[in-house]
Amino acid sequence: MPFRVEKPGIFTLVQDLGRWGHQSRGVTVSSPMDQFSLRLGNVMLGNGQNDAALEMTLFGLEIVLGEECCVALTGADLAMSIDGIGVPSWTVHRVKPGGRIAVTGFTERRDGCRSYLCFSGGIDVPPVMGSRSTYTRGKIGGYKGRALRAGDAVGLLEPRPLWRLSEGFACPPELRPVSRDGESICALDGPQIDAFTDAGIKTFFNEPYTVTNEIDRMGYRLDGPVIEHVSGPDLVSDGIVHGSVQAPGDGKPIVLMSDRQTTGGYAKIAAVSTWSVARLAQKMPGDVVRFKRISEKEAAAQLFAFEENLRRLDETRAAYRSRPRMR
Amino acid sequence: MYDAPKFLGSGDSCLVVEFSDSIEMEANFRLQNLMRALASKNVRGVREFVPTYRSLSIHYDPLKLGREKLETAVRKTLENLGGERGETRRVLVMPVCYGGEHGPDMPHVCAHTGYGENEVIKRHTDAEYYCYMLGFTPGFAYLGGLDETLATPRLKAPRALIPAGSVGIADRQTGAYSIDCPGGWQLIGRTPLRLFDPDDGERPTLIDAGDWIKFRSVPKDEYASIKRDADAGCYRAEWLMERNAVQG
Repeated sequence: MPFRVEKPGIFTLVQDLGRWGHQSRGVTVSSPMDQFSLRLGNVMLGNGQNDAALEMTLFGLEIVLGEECCVALTGADLAMSIDGIGVPSWTVHRVKPGGRIAVTGFTERRDGCRSYLCFSGGIDVPPVMGSRSTYTRGKIGGYKGRALRAGDAVGLLEPRPLWRLSEGFACPPELRPVSRDGESICALDGPQIDAFTDAGIKTFFNEPYTVTNEIDRMGYRLDGPVIEHVSGPDLVSDGIVHGSVQAPGDGKPIVLMSDRQTTGGYAKIAAVSTWSVARLAQKMPGDVVRFKRISEKEAAAQLFAFEENLRRLDETRAAYRSRPRMR
Repeated sequence: MYDAPKFLGSGDSCLVVEFSDSIEMEANFRLQNLMRALASKNVRGVREFVPTYRSLSIHYDPLKLGREKLETAVRKTLENLGGERGETRRVLVMPVCYGGEHGPDMPHVCAHTGYGENEVIKRHTDAEYYCYMLGFTPGFAYLGGLDETLATPRLKAPRALIPAGSVGIADRQTGAYSIDCPGGWQLIGRTPLRLFDPDDGERPTLIDAGDWIKFRSVPKDEYASIKRDADAGCYRAEWLMERNAVQG
């Protein structure tokens, strides 16, 4: 029994990088809301990038470990303690058998709303259709297809060799994604941009939008100026991507997120870039965002920049691991 | 159908090849043919294909494949692409127990259409249905081919939970709920077949886009015995392989 859940948090899910290859069957990809924070956490621990971790939304959790392992908390700024002693996030901590990890509320910075608790070896739940990601609406994947509850016993996989040597390693601050006030959410033109008037397109890419309370893993509903259609929002259903921006009849944008439906019948004005959709996922109700129109090349550049950061992180960690140390 | 398909961007990792803006079987055949032809080419960086009524979404990894290169590969494939349907077609015979407890809205559909229950069943089982695409929930098939006289509007208040396998009518559409979920279709029956099985790594959904379906009316006891076998994973669904007439 590698860990037992004492307090589950409000919506804690097992996630890996997603259930790809089945969208043609109506099965969504799922995956973390902020894939970049999960991947950074895994690399800090020397895990594979696709290893499964816990995604927490807004609040943390409390678990008791059954055996020794290393953990790292990434993503939103939540406070963490081990056996009652506060420890920093974005840092690898070694926890002894019986150790109690508590992830509590926000630190003073209150940055973000999705956090990832990664474990050396990754979480051991049976892969379903090639992925350990939880898809709660379909009741598949993760821990019994649902969010964690108090009393659940969750397994961990065998860590990779030398895993203990990463203890104490901290992700350099410049490699951590951080939110900034007024940060733009980058978006590309969507397949039905022609279904919107020039004025509508201008509104979407220039005006501020507020994140509403209606946000979940399926979509983010935003409030702000109405985006004008040429002749209504309905069309014959076609494909949806992570980040698709649709504007139903009320003209208010909805950004489709990790648990999106695979197809839909509303006109899509834009699609948020892969990088920015994870940044949007860290926004909370009341936050104001602006969309910035970018090209495919610019969107790809965001991803190449992250890959470079990931490579640097891995290099830094390898150097840390092989540092001379007192015995 | 458009004279030439349109290439539409959908974010930084998906290209949409659109053949039509309406529901047309010819457009659907073409995009399915494109999907098969591209899949056989194993283009590096392509993650998966999602066929819909009228377009093919090609998901790719922008770190491995640029949009221009992908477009070129698609254009080349389109040049040699036929619009015809395949030589054979697969028809799933889907047993359905109509009316009664399994089809609580049958009386409403009868009242709306003016047909008796037997006539509704006859018209529903006489037609053959084409699966344009899957979507909405895992394994849900969007079917074309409903006898228009059976068209009945959705329920005014959707049900909170509809059991998987329920067969319903919503306006001019018909189909079977693939998982337990809320919904507003008029339920006329239920199939004992398992339409979505996440533990089946090979074939998690029974129906694929491009398949055909024919409903077969079964009595309650046959429904129960098929359901027992299907739930135990030992029922073999009945498929007919039919040769398509050569078009010309």
